[in-house]
Amino acid sequence: MNDETPQTPETPGGGGSAPEPGPSLEKAPSGPWPSVPQDGSPEPEPESSGGGAGAGSAPASGGDTPPEPSSRWREVFREIATGSLLVSVLSVFLAVVVGSLMILLTDETVRESAGYIGARPSDFFYAVRDAVVDAYTALFRGSIYNTNVEGFDRRIRPLTETLKYSGPLILAGLGVGLAFRAGLFNIGGRGQMLLAGAAAGWVAVTVDLPLVLHLPLAVLAGAVAGALWAGLAGFLKARTGAHEVIVTIMLNYVGFYLVFYALSRQGLLQAPGSGNPKSEAMPESAKLPKLLGEDFNLHAGFVLALVAVAFVWWLLNKSALGFRFRAVGENPEAARASGIHVGRTYTTVMLIAGALVGLAGVNQVLGTATSGVTVDLDAGIGFDAITVALLGRSRPVGILAAGLLFGALKAGGFSMAAAEGIPVEIVLVIQSLIVLFIAAPPLVRAIFRLPKGATA
Amino acid sequence: MTLELRGITKRFGPLVANDRISLTVNEGEIHALLGENGAGKSTLMNVLYGLYQADEGEILLDGKPLEMTGPGDAMAAGIGMVHQHFMLIPVFTVAENVMLGNEATGFAGQLDIDAARARVREISERFGFDVDPDAVVETLPVGVQQRVEIIKALSRDARVLVFDEPTAVLTPQETDELMEIMRQLRESGTAIVFISHKLREVRAIADRITVIRRGAVVGEASPSATNAELAALMVGRPVELTVQKDPAQPGPAALTVTDLRVVDDTGHVHLDGITFSIAAGEVLGVAGVQGNGQTELTEAVLGLQSDVTGSIELDGRQLVGRSVRKVLDAGVGFVPEDRQVDGLVAGMTIAENLMLNRSHGEPFVGMGTIKRKVLEAFAEEKLVEYDVRASGIHATAGQLSGGNQQKVVVARELSRDLRLLVAAQPTRGVDVGSIEFIHKQIVATRDRGVPVLLVSTELDEIVALSDRIMVLYRGQVVGIVPADTPRETLGLMMAGERPEGVVA
Repeated sequence: MNDETPQTPETPGGGGSAPEPGPSLEKAPSGPWPSVPQDGSPEPEPESSGGGAGAGSAPASGGDTPPEPSSRWREVFREIATGSLLVSVLSVFLAVVVGSLMILLTDETVRESAGYIGARPSDFFYAVRDAVVDAYTALFRGSIYNTNVEGFDRRIRPLTETLKYSGPLILAGLGVGLAFRAGLFNIGGRGQMLLAGAAAGWVAVTVDLPLVLHLPLAVLAGAVAGALWAGLAGFLKARTGAHEVIVTIMLNYVGFYLVFYALSRQGLLQAPGSGNPKSEAMPESAKLPKLLGEDFNLHAGFVLALVAVAFVWWLLNKSALGFRFRAVGENPEAARASGIHVGRTYTTVMLIAGALVGLAGVNQVLGTATSGVTVDLDAGIGFDAITVALLGRSRPVGILAAGLLFGALKAGGFSMAAAEGIPVEIVLVIQSLIVLFIAAPPLVRAIFRLPKGATA
Repeated sequence: MTLELRGITKRFGPLVANDRISLTVNEGEIHALLGENGAGKSTLMNVLYGLYQADEGEILLDGKPLEMTGPGDAMAAGIGMVHQHFMLIPVFTVAENVMLGNEATGFAGQLDIDAARARVREISERFGFDVDPDAVVETLPVGVQQRVEIIKALSRDARVLVFDEPTAVLTPQETDELMEIMRQLRESGTAIVFISHKLREVRAIADRITVIRRGAVVGEASPSATNAELAALMVGRPVELTVQKDPAQPGPAALTVTDLRVVDDTGHVHLDGITFSIAAGEVLGVAGVQGNGQTELTEAVLGLQSDVTGSIELDGRQLVGRSVRKVLDAGVGFVPEDRQVDGLVAGMTIAENLMLNRSHGEPFVGMGTIKRKVLEAFAEEKLVEYDVRASGIHATAGQLSGGNQQKVVVARELSRDLRLLVAAQPTRGVDVGSIEFIHKQIVATRDRGVPVLLVSTELDEIVALSDRIMVLYRGQVVGIVPADTPRETLGLMMAGERPEGVVA
């Protein structure tokens, strides 16, 4: 099952979640890197063998006692109650609660009224209510529907922004989640996005073709670049046993400096005549078309994400290849003994995962930030994707939902900051807390007194 | 001194592991607790040892109730346990292991190892154990390690000793020695609880037998009861204990292994110069104490071992150097020794597990897509044919009991056109009812003219199923003997001795 507790990097994305964070180039690589997990291969969560229901010796499960017949609904309920979905939802809930506390701590009025709470406690409680309600209202206005402006098209604009931000998160989340399902921890989202973005950008600015050919070619180039970059890690693991966590993290650095180098050299990717490490703007023929006209930023990248969700769903649930991915992910020994080539499976899954993450990079370069390729194009998505995949329990539909949520947090975070003066970092804290709670299902179970999952 | 368990009930969620179990053990008595795997024996003993807290019922020592919150309380009350998997630290000496958790200390917390040494010697002499207190545990044979466990318990003045499946890891000779030790302990006034599912041992040594099934006591028996009676009590219905089979009709040699040598990554040689052949329609049983190269032999045949030299020919085709998939495609069926590790993907459904080794093409896969209808029809059919008790083909393999999991593995392997069946520990941790079924399937496979390589550490199983028996010791063949070879001879061979008249 997917209830592993992979050692999660503490803070995915670091400060890089803002769309245009512009970290200084010297510092960029050292900043938002998560610490290296000790062991990325997610293993089935070991139940404490000392006691409790999970102990392997729990009897009567043996013998010839047939498991009680259960209807499909009961199975569904069991999965929701003891498995992943509920834990995901509650993790988000807990994160929002803790986030509220942080909002209170940073709110001037709350702090002031707390100073004379003995004299007029009502002031304090009103301030608390106002602070929290205002914050989350602003979040809502910034991410879904803005009631403060005139006209439906302007009011609904935040939702389209959410979708725009969601696209690459979903794509990269699928890439990370797919690798998870095969038992691999793909931390290399950043490098894969950078390489993919650079490749797509290079095709966009150097080739001159009509849109029907130019755009697909650029997209394809990006996907292939991402695939190869991630596939390299899979190949090294298959051949030499090199741990994919280490390799993908290191490839992030290699990718970053490779792209940085290309962007700083005339004749490679740097815009002609410019001294900045940036490419030319993307030509119209290679841009992802806007979905709702020029007034909205939403572009076809989101459609790409939806198609990818459908593809990964088919891959995992219907295809023989996905069957082997899952078999290898859940029990490589049994897969090997059944004639499945584990190493080849690792390479294949990383190729596909890299292509998906690569599409996220393409989405940025050809859709969201078309003014030119930069080394910041990943905008922290490469790491946020890990959170998205975890929250979505590595299932395509779950990742879609998680991606939408994170897109909303991104879109809403700025309006929260602008309207209420709440530091935008609160959103990052909430995101990080979500990871924390998800990585510790026993904690969430303990808080909500959920039964321990038999398959946990 | 009398230890009494009164109405012990232990639940795990909705599952009742122990249902009002009552049990009395007297001084100088061996009380056997007989039951299948999963019947609740170990849970009961963990309650007795303070590892679990009973939901209901109480434990009385000489009529006084005991309050137990952990193993420490049990030890203090004089209850000792010899675990199935030894709780010893391999790199420590015997004396260090014995004092562990009960360290005698001198000035400034300095360990008094001499006291521990003396204690080991004293106990060792009293029972004729012959254990050197300064020997490092990992260098000792398994049987001696078990004695260290016993010494450890006795050194804390245990008056009640619980043996949890103590013979699982022993050779027949070591088992006999252990029986002798248990008798001595009984004479010296120790009360012994002996947990086992092996009928013969229980009958040989117990003074009283309590049979439990599905967490409840189903009856008491005297040691004079027959195997069939005990088995029927254990399983709840009459069981066929002997495998009904006709004499083998061996055809020409089908599997020929010549000079096989297997070396692992660390350079350790697991098999050295193994040569044998199996005829079509014949079961060759591989006997031996666990860890003498049996695992490596099956893995070498399957192509799971990387450093293999020599030759393995199946119907004239060389298998050494082929990938696992090619070996499987050559018609080799494989029941791995640990189904949890190598046989099943616990999180996948029964149906998915049934196609685990056939995900590359027909009949279950076409155009890269799983043919769900074909697979489901196949799974439904096998569920019935192999009597797998499950809520349906979409239940995950991890939800099944051990016996049913094994049936899924056997069903998968036997539902292909086989030219060789490799079965390793096919009934380990499987209930008696399923054992019967699986044995029948193996014999039926043989009768279809398929050569069978059977590996088991249960000598009974080897004797019951095999047409010839090959004994392995430290990676070498001690000898290949007929199936009617006396158990004593086989036991000696498993210890590495080659009796007269046996040729390698």
